[in-house]
Amino acid sequence: MLDWPLLTTVTFLPTIGALLVLAIRGDDEIAHRNMYHVALWTTSVTFILSLVIWLNFDPDNPGFQLVERADWLGGTIAYKMGVDGISLLFVILTAFLMPLCIVASKLTVKKFFKAYMVAFLVLETLMIGVFCALDLVLFYVFFEGGLIPMFLIIGIWGGPRRVYASFKFFLYTLTGSVLMLLAILAMYWQAGTTDIPTLLNYHFPASMQTWLWIAFFASFAVKLPMWPVHTWLPDAHVEAPTAGSVILAAILLKMGGYGFLRFSLPMFPLASADLAPFVFTLSVFAIVYTSLVALMQEDIKKLIAYSSVAHMGFVTMGLFAANAQGVQGGIFQMLSHGIVSAALFLCVGVIYDRMHTREIVAYGGLVNRMPIYAAVFMVFTLANVGLPGTSGFIGEFLTLIGAFQVNTWVAFLAAIGMILSAGYALWLYRRVIFGEIEKESLRSILDLSWREVAIFAPLVLGAVYFGFHPAPIMNVTAAAVDQLVGNYQAALSAAGQLAAATP
Amino acid sequence: MASDLLPALPEIILAVGALALLMVGVFGDEQAVSPVTSASVALIVVAGVAVILVPSDGLAFSGAFVLDPFARFMKVLALVGSGVAIVMSTGYARAQKFERFEYPVLIVIATLGMLMMISANDLIAVYLGLELQSLSLYVVAAINRDSARSTEAGLKYFVLGALSSGMLLYGASLTYGFTGQTAFAGIASALAAGVPPLGLTFGLVFLIAGFAFKVSAVPFHMWTPDVYEGAPTPVTAFFAAAPKVAAMALFVRVMVGPFAAVTHDWQQVVTFVSVASMLLGAFAAIGQTNIKRLMAYSSIGHMGFALVGLAAGTQAGVQGVIIYLLVYMAMTLGTFACILAMRRNDEMVENIDDLAGLARTNPIMAFMLGMLLFSLAGIPPLAGFFAKFYVFLAAIQSGLYVLAVIGVLASVVGSYYYVRIVKIMYFDDPVGGFQPMSTELRAVLGVSGAFVLLFIFVAGQIGSAAELAAKTFF
Repeated sequence: MLDWPLLTTVTFLPTIGALLVLAIRGDDEIAHRNMYHVALWTTSVTFILSLVIWLNFDPDNPGFQLVERADWLGGTIAYKMGVDGISLLFVILTAFLMPLCIVASKLTVKKFFKAYMVAFLVLETLMIGVFCALDLVLFYVFFEGGLIPMFLIIGIWGGPRRVYASFKFFLYTLTGSVLMLLAILAMYWQAGTTDIPTLLNYHFPASMQTWLWIAFFASFAVKLPMWPVHTWLPDAHVEAPTAGSVILAAILLKMGGYGFLRFSLPMFPLASADLAPFVFTLSVFAIVYTSLVALMQEDIKKLIAYSSVAHMGFVTMGLFAANAQGVQGGIFQMLSHGIVSAALFLCVGVIYDRMHTREIVAYGGLVNRMPIYAAVFMVFTLANVGLPGTSGFIGEFLTLIGAFQVNTWVAFLAAIGMILSAGYALWLYRRVIFGEIEKESLRSILDLSWREVAIFAPLVLGAVYFGFHPAPIMNVTAAAVDQLVGNYQAALSAAGQLAAATP
Repeated sequence: MASDLLPALPEIILAVGALALLMVGVFGDEQAVSPVTSASVALIVVAGVAVILVPSDGLAFSGAFVLDPFARFMKVLALVGSGVAIVMSTGYARAQKFERFEYPVLIVIATLGMLMMISANDLIAVYLGLELQSLSLYVVAAINRDSARSTEAGLKYFVLGALSSGMLLYGASLTYGFTGQTAFAGIASALAAGVPPLGLTFGLVFLIAGFAFKVSAVPFHMWTPDVYEGAPTPVTAFFAAAPKVAAMALFVRVMVGPFAAVTHDWQQVVTFVSVASMLLGAFAAIGQTNIKRLMAYSSIGHMGFALVGLAAGTQAGVQGVIIYLLVYMAMTLGTFACILAMRRNDEMVENIDDLAGLARTNPIMAFMLGMLLFSLAGIPPLAGFFAKFYVFLAAIQSGLYVLAVIGVLASVVGSYYYVRIVKIMYFDDPVGGFQPMSTELRAVLGVSGAFVLLFIFVAGQIGSAAELAAKTFF
């Protein structure tokens, strides 16, 4: 089993599925059903194979595992794949959400059905590739390649202002990324390689680290997104189709956080330490400011989008605290947000499909007609707030512990953000779900169908299970995080001694 | 003597063949057009085989002509560009009733000029090749003599081209005056011997101005949009590919060959030209409504990116230029195959808005064109990304950080107008389909699309082939 290139299989299986979908002829009901089944089966098998990666994974080994290598661009730029404790869970999260997105899209996609399935399958390949790539150039190709399918998903299947949103998404992310490309090239000439495991142990000169850090930050901060470059996110989320929003919130945003973990912290520790206060400032701004903005939203999707920005603020705060709790918390928060935000966008999708509006005022009293929906929405609202017993709590709590050790003010202000998040999330819930049905149009609204229940069941299970029992995730990440934090501190103290030795 | 002729075998084939075809065309009647066209393509294929198979590298004609790995690579590229341009013109010529036997023959003669430029190793040979190519191109631009636009394009091109040739000649004569040499090797050794005089720098600048005109780089780009728009579309497709390759090859050879000792001097000029071209190409294309004009600005921008590699002035830089030209040519020919297929009610349409809703009316063409446009924008995993990757790799190695940063930001601006076409094709409502694509255009589009998509798998091999070619100079 170990000889088989498992990661390559998991990465490129969806592309093979896309080719199969392309091969299906016709544009009628039967052809659509065939395409749907091909897509569903491919993504499901991909998910099962991603669990096989987990089985073959040794959690005590902090290094990269299941490494595959093939020559690619000549010299040291190679096709190299591998996972460690940090990236493994993102691979599984991606593979887990994809079948749900396919199921959720079955009935809602009206035009270009084939292209839709192909775009999602290609996007899955590119997203898994980002988390598996162990070569900087390869990483960049996957990272940037995702722009094309996502641009099309927003632009073709999106809402009324889809063109504006798709261009904003495309240009924002591209601008951030090209600077990272230059940094990658500079690293290649400095270190003579783009091999990520080698670069993790390479010590860049302090002055260079700052520039490289800034270039990488430009890319990841836009992707994550951090305040003040988050403005593309609400637009993209609001206009994207439901499954597009799910992927955007659950996976694409995590690429930014993953980038900080994989590159910024371990490769440029000195710059990270110098600029951590800057990151903290932006994080706190993101948490408090965007929570306040979320309070004032009239569109449900926009509200959730702003809440995503706020939650990502916790992630950056935890990561740049650079201690075991903070980093673990950041990773956990990303995974938890992957489940919770995906579920919330699916919840919005459910009522949008029925009423074709996302305005909060168009709803009210849904609990009378949709009790199951109300229960499901309740679970995820509370998980979003960070109620103990849900996965949202673990991540936010750990990041706060991590930040508290470094800077109490940051932790204090971020904790205010938690209160605000309870404010906007519960208020939203009250306005949409509780009360009496006053709108005529809502009187005949139907509760969740079995298909929707099937989509939400695994998500509810995940959000609650990992809230009570986070150990499976913590065990996978622990070794890799310990090594990361250990190397980080060692680099800082080495630089400190050097500074002390030179008068 | 025989050893002189052997390296020049491809050129000899083209020259003799072109003259023979001219005779056939003149003495044959209208039915000769189609055989002459086929024979021209065959001639170019034979010349291409000869370029690859001629055994010995080396100098010929007292050192005025050189065959080396770089020349071989570029000649194959130029021949492919010319051959494909002739193939793509056949359907257009049939439909637009402009079947002239002169057209393929002129392209063969222009190609002969290109091969001479690529192999030139002496300032006189440079001029010879350049003028042979340019004079043929002036005529080709005006080939549709009943069309006022085509004639105007030809005249504009001729007047401005003559001016640039004059500048080039002036630069060549200054170089000769201050070094006493026209041979590249002689110029190189004269420059290496001591501090170059100021007059030589003037000569260098004039030479660069001449070359910049031929590759349509800013500030000598003014002719490009008008000529691209005015010339018949297959001619534009031809102009956008092969002549650019040849002129850029010549540019590279003159800079890193004889003027290697004064790299620092020309590096500044090339950097400026490169930055200006990238920025102008990016910003000026945004407002265009005619797709041929848009492609003109696009080509200006792309030449700017290719010059980033030359500005680096290193082996990695030349390698980058070579890869860039290869990818650029594939993308351009594919895009023009789509533009040539924009026919509605037996009329060519050229407005970008005519592509609206193409994804519904012709999904395959829309997919291919969309892919080419993303590639032109430089988005991975398509070929255009790797082209930019290699030139910026070289720029960073040479420490040209400002150039690199401006370059990538210009590429973001440029991506806007490429992606806008994708938007028009995919997001907008259809305005009516095009007539079915002809077989030869399908073939060109298919091959270039496959190249762009699958480049990622052969990038390593192409990279090492280009490296081998670039080693010629270092």
